[in-house]
Amino acid sequence: MYDGKKIILGLIIFLGLITYPIWHNTVSGKARYVPKPELPTDKAKKECVEPKTFIRVNHKQLLEDWKTSVVRNGVRTYQASNKKKFIMSLNRTCMSCHTDKTKFCDQCHTYMGVTNKCWDCHIFPKEIKRDQRDGIY
Amino acid sequence: MEFTRRTFLKIGGLTLLGLSAKPGWQVFSKVEAPEPSPEAETLARKKWGMGIYFRKCWQYEGCTDCIDACHRIHNVPNMGTLKEEIKWIWTTPYEEVFPEHEFELAEEKDQHRPVIVLCNQCDDPPCVRYCPTRATWKREDGIVMMDFHRCIGCRYCMAGCPYGSRSFNWRDPRPFIKNVNLEFPTRTRGVVEKCNFCVERLAQGLIPACVEACKEKALVFGDLKDPKSEIREALKYKTLYQRQPELGTKPKVYYIL
Repeated sequence: MYDGKKIILGLIIFLGLITYPIWHNTVSGKARYVPKPELPTDKAKKECVEPKTFIRVNHKQLLEDWKTSVVRNGVRTYQASNKKKFIMSLNRTCMSCHTDKTKFCDQCHTYMGVTNKCWDCHIFPKEIKRDQRDGIY
Repeated sequence: MEFTRRTFLKIGGLTLLGLSAKPGWQVFSKVEAPEPSPEAETLARKKWGMGIYFRKCWQYEGCTDCIDACHRIHNVPNMGTLKEEIKWIWTTPYEEVFPEHEFELAEEKDQHRPVIVLCNQCDDPPCVRYCPTRATWKREDGIVMMDFHRCIGCRYCMAGCPYGSRSFNWRDPRPFIKNVNLEFPTRTRGVVEKCNFCVERLAQGLIPACVEACKEKALVFGDLKDPKSEIREALKYKTLYQRQPELGTKPKVYYIL
């Protein structure tokens, strides 16, 4: 191989540079970061509509089903697996407990790079209040 | 056996064809049938309608109580320009609401008087026929609904609506809403919106906001299927107008003389 040393050295430098984000994050501890969605501290708000394990996996489907049910079918009450009844509403049900989207939804979504369009239309209470104070809205 | 390019292509082609058979069959074998909603029967027991005593309105010129109430609770923005205007309930001169009433001897001053107009919640809504995504449809209780999640903003429905009841969000409407009602979502850029006959209030057993807001009781609302309802009483033995009945859309907003 002509110029073998140069090529190999160049390759090593190239690989080092391209993997820089990986080992930088490992060294700085960022790779071990776990998102911490903040749960409501109020005792009355401890119980979610479904068990945590179900919500964790299926919250997308649940919200989608709620949307279809309310908008398209006109059914607005949700019967949970434990027979309890809830109003199917993002703002009035979900957000009444998880009052701060940035401390709950965004924690995992930002970490995973997930974008959703819920808040394009649905109003996140705190967001509006903050923005109104700032005079944007 | 010699594996020529020809055989390779043949086998490759056959394999692709074989692989595409199942998904292809799945796509084309599906018959699309809209499922009736579980509440269909309950909803179908009612048929909502509205009556407007438009002459009563004329006694209180400049009153915008119904418009204000509607636009406030539904987060309807005030865009400022005519092109971008978003309207759920608004006023239009009499001559434009009822162009067929333009007689030679018609009262000149009445022709320019404002008449309250809103989505007619047609029995045969042209907008629904035009919508390519089923983002708008007629509920069993007669309300022409919008699913903003599903609207792609093609504006075919706006072209189809003979009453101009639909508005398009050319821009993000949020900065143009003065006081946001947290109970109701806003819309986003690129969707069409219109009056929803206060579907969210009906679900709670309330009457539409405009009817509630009118102090002079110029608006009546109720179940057209119930012979004892307020609306049926109001429509009884009266001269009724509908907007462009000749189009066959069968509006459920009646103008009571």
